[in-house]
Amino acid sequence: MVEIKVLKRPRSEAVVTQRKFFKKTARGKVIKVLRERYLRDDVACGIEGCRECDQGVLPASGDKNHPAFPNGHFILPDTNVFLSQMDLVESPLFNPPIILLQTVLEEVRHRSLPLYNRLKALTKADDKKIWIFYNEYRSETAIIREEGETPNDRNDRGIRKATAWYNEHIKLSRPPIRGQPTPQIPTVVLMTEDSDNRQKAEKAGIPASSVRKYVQSMKNSTQLLDLLSAEGSSEIEPTKAVAGRQSLYPEYLPTSTLLAGVKAGELHQGHFNANQYNYLEGSVHVPAFTKPVLLVGRENMNRAVDGDIVVVEVFEEKEWKAPGDEVVDQDSTLKNDDAEDSADEGDVEDHEVLVKESKFVETTEIRGHDKQPTGRIVGIIKRNWRAYVCHIDSTSLTSSNATSLSQQTVFATPVSRLLPRIRLRTRQAPSLIGQKILVTIDRWDVTSRYPEGHFVRSLGKVESKEAEQESLLLEFEVPYRPFGKAILDCLPELGDQWVVPPKSDSSPEWRDREDFRDLIICSIDPPNCQDIDDALHARPLPNGNIEAGVHIADVSHFVHADTPMDSEAASRGTTVYLVDKRIDMLPSLLGTNLCSLRPFVERLAFSAIWEMTPDAEIVNVRFTKSVIASKAAFTYEEAQIRKDDPHRQDELTQGIRLLNSLAQKLKAKRMAAGALNLASPEVKIQLDSSESSDPIDVEQKELRETNSLVEEFMLLANISVAKKIEETFPQTAVLRRHLPPPRTNFEKLQDILMKRKGMPLDVSSSGALAASLDQCVDINEPAFNTLVRIMATRCMLSAEYFCSGSVGKDTFGHYGLASPIYTHFTSPIRRYADVLAHRQLSAAIGYSPLHASLHSKQHVERVLDVVNRRHRMAQMAGRASVEFYVGLALKARGEREKKNSAEVIEEAFVIRTFRNGLGVFVSKLGIEGLVMFKKDMQFDAENYTITVGTTTLAVFDKVKVRIEVEKDRNTQRGRVKMSLVHPIDSADL
Amino acid sequence: MASRVEILNEGGFRSDGRRQFELRSIEMDMSQQGHADGSAVITHGLTQVQVSVFGPREAKMRSQTIHDRANINVEISIAPFSTGDRRKRSRGDKRILEYAAAIKSTFEPAIQTSLYPRSQIDVFIQVIQQDGGLLQACINGTTLALMNAGVPMIDFICAVSGGVHSTHPLLDLTLLEENDVPNVTIAVMPKTQKVSLVTMETRLHVDRFEEVFRLATEAGLVLHEEMKSAVLGRAKELISSLDMGSNANRGGDVDDDGMTGFN
Repeated sequence: MVEIKVLKRPRSEAVVTQRKFFKKTARGKVIKVLRERYLRDDVACGIEGCRECDQGVLPASGDKNHPAFPNGHFILPDTNVFLSQMDLVESPLFNPPIILLQTVLEEVRHRSLPLYNRLKALTKADDKKIWIFYNEYRSETAIIREEGETPNDRNDRGIRKATAWYNEHIKLSRPPIRGQPTPQIPTVVLMTEDSDNRQKAEKAGIPASSVRKYVQSMKNSTQLLDLLSAEGSSEIEPTKAVAGRQSLYPEYLPTSTLLAGVKAGELHQGHFNANQYNYLEGSVHVPAFTKPVLLVGRENMNRAVDGDIVVVEVFEEKEWKAPGDEVVDQDSTLKNDDAEDSADEGDVEDHEVLVKESKFVETTEIRGHDKQPTGRIVGIIKRNWRAYVCHIDSTSLTSSNATSLSQQTVFATPVSRLLPRIRLRTRQAPSLIGQKILVTIDRWDVTSRYPEGHFVRSLGKVESKEAEQESLLLEFEVPYRPFGKAILDCLPELGDQWVVPPKSDSSPEWRDREDFRDLIICSIDPPNCQDIDDALHARPLPNGNIEAGVHIADVSHFVHADTPMDSEAASRGTTVYLVDKRIDMLPSLLGTNLCSLRPFVERLAFSAIWEMTPDAEIVNVRFTKSVIASKAAFTYEEAQIRKDDPHRQDELTQGIRLLNSLAQKLKAKRMAAGALNLASPEVKIQLDSSESSDPIDVEQKELRETNSLVEEFMLLANISVAKKIEETFPQTAVLRRHLPPPRTNFEKLQDILMKRKGMPLDVSSSGALAASLDQCVDINEPAFNTLVRIMATRCMLSAEYFCSGSVGKDTFGHYGLASPIYTHFTSPIRRYADVLAHRQLSAAIGYSPLHASLHSKQHVERVLDVVNRRHRMAQMAGRASVEFYVGLALKARGEREKKNSAEVIEEAFVIRTFRNGLGVFVSKLGIEGLVMFKKDMQFDAENYTITVGTTTLAVFDKVKVRIEVEKDRNTQRGRVKMSLVHPIDSADL
Repeated sequence: MASRVEILNEGGFRSDGRRQFELRSIEMDMSQQGHADGSAVITHGLTQVQVSVFGPREAKMRSQTIHDRANINVEISIAPFSTGDRRKRSRGDKRILEYAAAIKSTFEPAIQTSLYPRSQIDVFIQVIQQDGGLLQACINGTTLALMNAGVPMIDFICAVSGGVHSTHPLLDLTLLEENDVPNVTIAVMPKTQKVSLVTMETRLHVDRFEEVFRLATEAGLVLHEEMKSAVLGRAKELISSLDMGSNANRGGDVDDDGMTGFN
């Protein structure tokens, strides 16, 4: 049974035991704090064999190895010893018995949490003899701050008093016994770097020594002296609370100045893009320069977060810089940064960070060529802050105790490398470790290095599929909530019982529809496709020509303009496909049932019918609403097999063959016109089984002839529809274009190709580019061409939807497809732009009047802006999902390989070189990775080479990399880690 | 900076130098305060509460009378200077009302209310200084004041707060500790071995609860001894001054109401 007792305390003791002080809160409010403490006589001194204190870990006679103290000694270090000489104390050679005072321990904790944690670890280490003496609780050694005394002086006095007490205590507990020689009494030596403290101690007769003096006379002094930090650098500053907050960033200019500056052309406005490789660098695309404006360093980026609309001031040309060539990782550079300390900046560590950062910034100045306009951010037009998915940085916690409810300031590390760490205050920090959480940024003051935010909610455990999936959706702002009642009310009343009514003149469904139920129509889609929105047919005509038809699900029959369902679809913009999940744009009753052109059922469709010559010349085209009944739903593979099977001579197969022959001719024509054959790393995740959905492997997507068949006819339909709606609605037609990339985008790729492979790249037109891409072949390396295509694709702009009336007619063209006009018409179930095109086409053929909103240019522009953004986000979400599953698959594979004591090793191409690393692309897995070296290598920026030891690596070189999935210690984020295996092993570099 | 203070350090000391199961210093002053029938000032460390009891007396409002027993009316007021940041709390503050209700229901089983039908016992609590354990101080103070007023009670009520830091239970929490660890306040009736109040405002793991509960009950018994000696001390003081008064054959200013409980 434990002893419960009341500590009695006479009233007279209150002077020593009560402490009153005032504290100013962050908001400037003054709070009175009253604390008391209970002084006691049972705080143990920690020396073995002490008569009064029962526990002890320090040897009774102290350490007798130091020549200055032949009777044995203990050292009692001051705070500044730990603050400046931690390396010495940590050294295994330095092992005198240490008495660590509570005062010292607390002061270290207040000054630097990282150092405190190191000290804490030391006290538990086996090879150190450290005893913590709680001097503030022992009645003899407790002191109170006197009038006019600084906290620092008070602590020093406390330390001296404790030293004096110790010496006295040792003497008293070993009284000389008559008849025996006087016992050797060890001394307790005060060790301090503060000469003032030392003088005062000596005056009071307390043995004191500086660290240097102490170490110099030690036995192995030569080794230990190296560990001492330079003298003078350890200037101890007064407690920092006194110093005012220092501004870290320049203030923003007032909005009126910004707007006037932008108008006058002195300032420039654009989106801020952070650099994912270097957290101290960002760029802003502005219309005034062809190259983006570079922002180097924290001050110049001035608190902008990726995606903000900012205003920049461009420096004079002589101050322009080239982008850095080094990977600068925020997590590793700033790992010693303290979440709470940086609330009041301007301390010692801060200086360290600044020195480190300025080093990175300076390196960018060296290289003369490829300078970019450089500037600084002077204001922010619009913040694009939202909720970010983060992890709690476990090292920033002050207490990881699971039951602790105290408020702590911690760092949240966003999943995206583009974002800075966010500082937040929470009471539940310990329980949030290992979770994905949602954090929003609240503000970013000039005095704070990091933005401040707050915790929104927890998404679940890191690496659980649900949490990862939700975090993906949130990160890319995909609206994934289930459809609301108002939206579901817009569905046909009959639900899935709805069918096309029997043909009659009175039924509204059959009004002006053609009956194509007898045509041999089929659909070809990827396996397991549920939302079938296109079907095809072809048949020979009596005149020798061919009739080809594309039938698209008639979504606009169900989704009417200006209904809740329509506005929801407009705001979702597109269906998002993740590896194991689909987030629909339309309720699934429509998407996968009523609109889906499933086989053997009658469905409403919007058809485009061409009459073509056998050489695929279009004789005429017409569009009509129709009713179809698909005869089969093939996968690409099935269709391919059927087409290639010579025994099959039925009408359906004939139709496919006819379509295929036309498609081949269409493609040839398109290529001749200069269409690009681009490549993007597309892989397919093989899921284990339906229930576990654990990925087992990754393989590259296979492309068949039938893929191209479907693609050609869809392109044809889109182009035909685009022409038609542009003709009818020249002001508001919904079109899609792909602007030709500015030539400067290709400069780097051209340079690399020329220097590394001696291959020219002609980018004067899409045709020329296509032709020279075909020339980029390395006979020994079939994958090389694909790699170049992927890199070329990255130099291009992305395609976008636009309203025909808002841009000049000469910019309608689609660069990649080499078509003068283009739109999206063929996938209305999963893309909202197609729904608009359907409505416009339906009005163009006089089937229905056009809704008033589609006559308004502003409205169409606004809707398309949203759709463009959603489209981009959906693509990124899809890619990120694949990446996550590739990671999982790699992990699974790594574990399997580990059993056979092997590793995952893949071939990769170098695509970028850095001063301290390589960017590589693993084509088999479709992933990009970074190989980092611990130190700088010989780096030749002109020739894109890096020399490691004797081996030189250049862009396009083929290497072998070891791929591991490791869990980041701080963020709990599983990340793919690559290291070189061939030609050199980078594991120990 | 508050979060930088360790709740329980490796030497087994709490932030104010106490060990896990040590209660703060207690002072009990039961001398006469104003016109109250009975009063007490109790100090737990830096938490100080003054309690005045009036009654049993006729209820001010007839609607509040109960036909077969006395109504206990508890009112708390918190001095604005009692906390770190000066803040005025109105009488209708939800938190204060909640405390008052908790105290009322704690004392209902201990006071023999059925002896005084249709009357009212007023308990006015004035919080002078706060440093954690407010509820326990209020309850202990009320016990003493009720005894001082001579209100018949079947038992003492002694309250102690307890909390758990990681796996270590702590007793009698300061404000600093209350803000950090999940805590529970328990009021025990030491003679009858009953518990009349268990209240928690934070979540405490069920596995830890039993241990804390047991410890707090034990601590209640320790407190009981203290409170008993304080009450006896007060009684002795009164009797001695009574003797002096009767010797001098004068009434003096000793309030003989205070004696009813001990005659």
